[in-house]
Parts: sequence; C-alpha cells; structure tokens
Amino acid sequence: MTHTPGEMMTVAAARALTDGDRCFVGIGKPSTAANLARRTHAPHLVLVYESGTIGAKPDRLPLSIGDGVLAETADAVVSVPEIFNYWLQPGRIDVGFLGAAQLDRFGNINTTVIGEDYARPKVRLPGAGGAPEIAASCREVIVIVTHSRRTFVERVDFVTSVGFGTGPGDRERHGLRGGGPRLVVTDLGMLAPDPQTRELTLTRLHPGVTLDEVRAATGWELRVSPDLRVTEAPTDTELRVLRALES
Amino acid sequence: MGEITTLADAVARLVHDGDTVALEGFTHLIPVAAGHEIIRQRRRDLTLVRMTPDIVYDQLIGAGCARKLVFSWAGNPGVGSLHRFRDAAQHGWPVPLEIEEHSHAGMANRYVAGAAGLPFAVLRGYTGTDLPARTATIAPITCPFTGEVLTAVPALNPDVAIVHAQRADRDGNVQLWGITGVHKEVVLAARTSLVTVEEIVDELEPRPGALVLPSWTVTCVAEVPGGARPSYAMGYYDRDNDYYKSWDAISRDRDAFTDWLQREVL
Repeated sequence: MTHTPGEMMTVAAARALTDGDRCFVGIGKPSTAANLARRTHAPHLVLVYESGTIGAKPDRLPLSIGDGVLAETADAVVSVPEIFNYWLQPGRIDVGFLGAAQLDRFGNINTTVIGEDYARPKVRLPGAGGAPEIAASCREVIVIVTHSRRTFVERVDFVTSVGFGTGPGDRERHGLRGGGPRLVVTDLGMLAPDPQTRELTLTRLHPGVTLDEVRAATGWELRVSPDLRVTEAPTDTELRVLRALES
Repeated sequence: MGEITTLADAVARLVHDGDTVALEGFTHLIPVAAGHEIIRQRRRDLTLVRMTPDIVYDQLIGAGCARKLVFSWAGNPGVGSLHRFRDAAQHGWPVPLEIEEHSHAGMANRYVAGAAGLPFAVLRGYTGTDLPARTATIAPITCPFTGEVLTAVPALNPDVAIVHAQRADRDGNVQLWGITGVHKEVVLAARTSLVTVEEIVDELEPRPGALVLPSWTVTCVAEVPGGARPSYAMGYYDRDNDYYKSWDAISRDRDAFTDWLQREVL
C-alpha cells in the first residue's frame, strides 16, 4: 500500500512507544499515534490525558482531550489538579507526547507567540496548556511536528516548554527531572539529540525523502548522524489500522 | 445556600461589571448557556478566568465583555485557534484584551490554593521557560526544609465561579460525574458561585464516586437543560464535535461573528 507523509509520521511516532509505557497524550497526531500503537505492537500502553483520564481505551479517536469516550473507558478519572500534582509532577509518566509551533535545535518548544514582541505578537498561539510540566517531568519526550522552516527555527521566539535549553547541563541547572526530548518525528524523517552536544541530529529519512529536502526545511545548519538510515515504510497492517482509526 | 433561581436572575445578581469571573469545565460540563446570558446582559470589563478558554470565551471576548483573560490554553480543542481571542489579543478588537498567562499545572494549583484558603500554592514548574518573565503571578520560592527552589503561584479567588453539572435536588445539592476538571476547586475558591444543571430532581440518586457540591458551598443553582452544549454532559448528551469544527469559519470573520451573535445570542 502507498502512504502519505502524514501517515509515515504517525506510524513512526507510534513505533517509538513501548508496550506498557505510561504515556501522557496530547490531542491530534500524538493521540492518533498512541492509539495506533495500542492497536498494533503496544496493547498495554497506558494512555493518560490531561483531562484526568488514566488508562483510557477509546474505540474511536477523540476530537478533544476530554471527550466522553476517554472517561467511559478509563481505569480512573481524576481531577485536573490531581493529574498534574500526583501523576505528572512526581515522574510517574514514561513518555510525554508533544507538538510544537516552533522547535529549535535544542528541542525547545514554542506554542505561545510568533514574533519577538510578546505584547504585540505576529501570531497569538494557544499557549502552554500542560506542555511545560510534561516536558519537565516525563521520563522522556517525543515531539511530533511537520517539518518546515517556519517550524524548525534557529531560536524559538518564546520558550514555552524546555528541551535542552542552551545545551548540555541546562536541564539540570533548571531542576528539570525528566530526561527531555528523546525523539522528534516529522513528515520527512526523525531527529534525536546528540548525546554530547544535545543538538537535534537527523537520524532517519523517511522513504523517498532526500537529505537536501530536509536541509531545505530546517532553519538551522542541520547536523546529520553518521548512522543516517531510511525509516521502514508503514506495513499494510499499520496503514489499515491507522485508516480505520481516522475514518 | 444553593438557592434555586433562574439563569437570568442568577447572572443579574452575581455577575457585575468589572468582576473576576471564572466559567470552568474541562471539555466536559462547560457552562455555555451561562456565558451567553452574560453576553445578553451586556456585562463589561470582566476579568475572565479559565484554564482552557474555548469557544464560549471566544464568544464573550468577541462580544466585548472582557478586559482581561487569565488562562493556560486558549484554543478550539482539536480544531485550531480561537479567532475572536486572537483578534482581541493582536488587534484590540472589539476592545483590547490584557492577558495573564499560565500553564495548566499553575492554574490548577492557583485554584487549589484558593479552595484551601491559602495565599499561594507551590509546584515544580515553569523553570527554564519564558513564562515567569511575562507573568507577574509566577515567582520562585525556596523550600524551607530542603533549600530546593520551586515555583509559587498566588491563590485565585474569583468573585464568581460558574460551572455546569448533571443534576441538583431542590435544596441545591449538586451532583456531577465524569471528567470533573476543576469544578470543585473553582467553586470552593470563589466568593460566590452559580451552578447550572441539566435537571433539578426531588431526590438525588446516590452515585458511588459522584462528586457532590453540598448546597451550602453554592450560592445559586439554575436548571438549564442543554446548558453545556456544544460541550457535553455525561449521561445526558454527547459533545457536538461538528459544532466545534463549524465555529472556526464563523469566528474567523468579524462580520460573520457579529451576525452569529445577533442571531443566536442577543
């Protein structure tokens, strides 16, 4: 079966989840990927939504993080203060799944404003939501984002959620307890932080995508892993399950 | 004391120009009808507080009711941006909108402190982000026991809290279940409160695990069937996802919005 870049991105993100992980899920692509993973290789994935639903097992994709199907199928439904204070803050969640309006080479995320002037932004975005504490507290973070120069910028206009700050040691200086971004999944490929410099480095190209295309869509001088490989294309099963989910 | 009244009377009595008003509901049980009543009564200069200002706040802002917004995520969940909010934040239409911006964890804890009668709450949050530099109500605090630097946020004590719930009895005891968001916290934190409910019944059926706001924690209760639409009330009706999608087109354009406002609310 042929697939779209968007499908490749969702499948690649789903594969990054391990069975049994407790996963803090945002709406949109993260939710789709997590639900795909639960229906394929990770049946015991624990889906946690910030609305307070823990262990949701939705039979269809929710449009919002508080859809009724999440509450009806959850192991537990707790209040919003509880989900943040008892479940996220102490480090009980393995993976946080985040999107971004802007992302920089150190994995810092902006979902607040585009433009240098906070008071008079070029574009006012929705804001922080649960993201700053998800990025701070989860054992690791996976970012799902469309690859373009608008998104992949040298420096984010506003740090809504911290990746690796300005480089090695910065998370520790800020007292952030989680490990930070482990993986960035895009429609063109995948990036991972360099273990020494913490800079996001291209590790995978999706099938049919060239290195030049990725460079052209990245707003900084992109580093490429010496071990650069091509992502395995979505299997027929993955595509079938994904399309059934999205229909 | 959980006085049973009409929606119009409750809003007239509790919501005044210049008040700090929090309409809460985390996707579920959003008091949309009460928001529309505030628009109809043409309240002005409100400080609107809400973790997730969604389309009812887009409508209140577009109708010119708000002077300031205190929030943590302003969007149309699962759909995109709030265009009336954006227009007010970026262009001052119909009136300039001041903003006070937090994260969800920060807002939730501000309500917790408010409900607990404490001046502030402590959380491990915000460090390394640009939010503390932009929001005066975020400050570092050192733990007196360990020396760890944490974050303090001040209590939120709105003049009025408005929430929606499934049902109440004639004494004004409120029962709600499903995703309960910050319902309990905001009502306990506020000086006065209004709960709109799907129905008022003679006797509340005991529901294990249901969260009950006893009558004496609530100022007014009003029966408003469908009062959360297009959000939802578990056990009564589902979320109208199509409406949330259709709001995007209505709200993008000032004229289309004004038309909608005249037709559907005023």
